[in-house]
Amino acid sequence: MSTSLADVVAVACADAWRGDGEIFASGMGVMPMLGARLARATFEPDLLVSDGEAFFVSGDLPIGGTEKLVEGWIPFRQVFDTLWGGRRHVMMGASQIDRFGNTNIANIGPWKQPKAQLLGVRGGPGNTVNNATSFFIPKHQSSVFVEQVDMVSGVGYDRARKLGGFIARRHDLRRVVTNLAVLDFNGPEHRMRLVSVHPGVSAADVQANTGFELHIEGEVPESRGPTAQESEAIERIDPRGLRHRELPS
Amino acid sequence: MASRSKLITETDAVSTIESGMTLGVGGWGSRRKPMSLVRALLRTDVKDLTVVSYGGPDVGLLCAAGKVRRLVYGFVSLDSIALEPHFRSARQAGTIAEPIEYDEGMLQWALYAGSLRLPFLPTRAGLGSGVMDVNPSLRTVRSPYDDAEDLLAVPAIRLDAAFVHMNRSDERGNAQFLGPDIYFDDLFLTACEPGRRFVSAEKIVPTADLLKEGTFHTLKINRSMVDGVIAAPNGAHFTTCEPDYGRDEAFQKAYVDAARDEQSWRAFVDRFLSSDEAGYQNAVTKWHEERKEEKK
Repeated sequence: MSTSLADVVAVACADAWRGDGEIFASGMGVMPMLGARLARATFEPDLLVSDGEAFFVSGDLPIGGTEKLVEGWIPFRQVFDTLWGGRRHVMMGASQIDRFGNTNIANIGPWKQPKAQLLGVRGGPGNTVNNATSFFIPKHQSSVFVEQVDMVSGVGYDRARKLGGFIARRHDLRRVVTNLAVLDFNGPEHRMRLVSVHPGVSAADVQANTGFELHIEGEVPESRGPTAQESEAIERIDPRGLRHRELPS
Repeated sequence: MASRSKLITETDAVSTIESGMTLGVGGWGSRRKPMSLVRALLRTDVKDLTVVSYGGPDVGLLCAAGKVRRLVYGFVSLDSIALEPHFRSARQAGTIAEPIEYDEGMLQWALYAGSLRLPFLPTRAGLGSGVMDVNPSLRTVRSPYDDAEDLLAVPAIRLDAAFVHMNRSDERGNAQFLGPDIYFDDLFLTACEPGRRFVSAEKIVPTADLLKEGTFHTLKINRSMVDGVIAAPNGAHFTTCEPDYGRDEAFQKAYVDAARDEQSWRAFVDRFLSSDEAGYQNAVTKWHEERKEEKK
């Protein structure tokens, strides 16, 4: 049986939190949430994950599940405290992202009178200068991977470097997971680098769907599929298969 | 001596609001919003407001009614429906004269500084982001200590009026949240000048009953923070008010659908928002009954 795209992506999301230890693994949306819970259920057992409302939950809470084993309280004020204190790694969405990881969830077109008003900057500015941040982008295309974002809701490496000091030293954009590939910012001067391509996707495919030049080193490996233990955990955490709705194979 | 009751109606509360004031609205997105107070405000001719909010349908409705001149926000969202349609239209049409877009945490800091009567509070949140580009009046401040770090000085916000919705309150304004999160409701009250700090509540209870449904940890709002108390059963509708009720998702969807064009929005306003709060609640009940009938 071949591995579904959704499962490859789930594992790629989970791997974002590898090595993080006892911090708050915060996933915004189905796939990042699945990733955080999958990491905790398998290779990163000390992570704290929330129900997306106000509680830290223990055990394998299925996505959308209500039978919670509460292990702590994390209302928004404590979320802010935790992230400003650096004890959190969040994976969020981005409507636009550039080569240095500047991201935009706020608006498309000029901020003063946008063509499309989206959410607003939300917690993006604070997240990206305070705690580790990764991104999940369900549709990898040139209109999302752009030369320049219309509004910087999340701070990229070029801007962080200019700020200098604490922020430049601690700035930590970890990885970008898409429907085509896994990317990080370990190219020259923290430019976006292609880490792995999902099964059936070539490096050229990824570049063709990216609006700027990616850093690509030699043969790009294929993204890994889930281990047997991970497959079991994915089924426990997403028994209704919501991940397949987000990423059909 | 008998204690002073602060019980008033939504109409009394909004009659104190004047055009040009700065209004803070509690809750978060489409969660525990003081909607009955917002609906009452829609019925006044107040305009040119500065609205400060972790925005949801409160912001959407005030924008749709053309009452917002300045908006201080980090986001405006309906949670289960990501984008608020009226806020979107207003931004895209450029009808909010002065949008002030902050990081979510900056908004907390602005209200906290206002509460503590400080001119600003420092943070890293916002530095390097578009928030600095679109708010050129923001300043940084250098740490006076050895690190000499430059930090964003978030300016204090003081409010002329504040609306929050709680699960329980006594007549004097000792108010209680029973849900998972107080959000920043206490800060909206403490950042507000005394006089127009309004708390609506699902149920008004005797002071002696305040600890019957929740522990003392839920009593974060005391009467020194409150000027007027409004009995507002279902007052947060259609947003959540856990544990009393969840979000009315079907109605929220109808609200979003109605915002599609001017004609359907006019019909929504006529049906739900053109009479008083009792009229609104009756219209919602009737709407649900009709839906049930249709499903049969």
